Amino acid sequence: MPLQLEIVTPERLAFSDTVDSVQLPGYEGELGVLPHHAPLLSTLGVGELRIRKGDTEEAFAIVGGFLQVRPDKVVVMAETADMASEIDLEKAQEARREAERALEVGFHEGADLSAARAALQQALLRIRLAERRHREGPRRRG
Amino acid sequence: MASQRDIRRRITAARNIKQITRAMQFVAASKLRRAQESTLAARPYADKIDEVLADIAAVLGAEDHPLLAQRTEGKRLIVLITSDRGLAGPLNTNTIRFTARVITEHQGDLAVVTVGRKGRDAMRRARVPIEAHFAGFGDRPTFADVLPLARLLTDDFLSGDYAQIELVYSRFISTLSQKPVLDDLLPITPSADTDQGIPGRQFLFEPQPAAVLEQLLPRYVATRLYQAVLEAKASEESSRMVAMKNATENAEELIEDLTLAYNKVRQANITREMIEIASGARAR
Repeated sequence: MPLQLEIVTPERLAFSDTVDSVQLPGYEGELGVLPHHAPLLSTLGVGELRIRKGDTEEAFAIVGGFLQVRPDKVVVMAETADMASEIDLEKAQEARREAERALEVGFHEGADLSAARAALQQALLRIRLAERRHREGPRRRG
Repeated sequence: MASQRDIRRRITAARNIKQITRAMQFVAASKLRRAQESTLAARPYADKIDEVLADIAAVLGAEDHPLLAQRTEGKRLIVLITSDRGLAGPLNTNTIRFTARVITEHQGDLAVVTVGRKGRDAMRRARVPIEAHFAGFGDRPTFADVLPLARLLTDDFLSGDYAQIELVYSRFISTLSQKPVLDDLLPITPSADTDQGIPGRQFLFEPQPAAVLEQLLPRYVATRLYQAVLEAKASEESSRMVAMKNATENAEELIEDLTLAYNKVRQANITREMIEIASGARAR
């Protein structure tokens, strides 16, 4: 039985196709989903979502949100979802510098750092995905 | 009777206006296309979040989260979404008149939060207490734009001041038709659990249902607001497009009429001059 995967964000439908399996950052850590998975509703962390289909693999950087799993369908409702091949490495590095600066300044002023920390985490995630994609090109399995 | 030069001046003016309204019509048309695309693109997420909420509501009750709590005491808050800019046909007038009716029919305390300058101006004139104002969200509203508004409204509701928060905006039905509507926002009433095949209680929850709900509800509020803002945007641009199309056509009609009048005057002048010359020649 094929597994239908949909990735939606508040602003768009980022992905919709049948896949073999999907791996994503669930509430209790990495979570792999194959067809016939038990119905599950979970919150999502920040991390990498990997899709396997045939011998190709695609990766998304996803940030927060929710996950709904049914035996034949997985729906990812993320805040943002960026396909690895679409990530702008320079922009991500700029975001990283900005977040680090904000952390530094905020640390001395005793401000709330959670927003800056989250921004840094996202930037690092995007950089990791974009760089790996750059090194390896579209990934093939096996 | 107007002189030739007067009429010519009016023709030039009408032509200039026509050029402007025509340009505005095309700009509105392209913005409308974008707004419609955004509205459609946002729909899958909104539908999904509805569905997940219904799943959770099947296992939890209204007492499990304060945003679900039905209260009898407290004020009513209306979020009025209008445009920042005018020249959008009857759109803002209709929305504001609709709101005014809702307000006058209501007994008891009431306040508004306005999004868009037109609504704020009208509410100020009507001396309705404005709890907060947000400038419109530009030509391309993003989800992040509505988050501060969503936070303000949920905080307001949680503080207990308001028993009911509603949205008034113009729903986009078609290019020719937009309708002001009143939607409930808070407290949240989850739709019935109609999940295809899998009822909510068969789901495993990670973390506990209440914890998922805690994260989901603020998202849900923001999603509803985002959709309303997008609908209002699409309505604004389509209404402006139609208004400008009409204005362009009126200008064309006016130019035609003026050209006819101009030719008549010109002909009359020529005839008069010929008579003068002819009679002058005979007099000699």
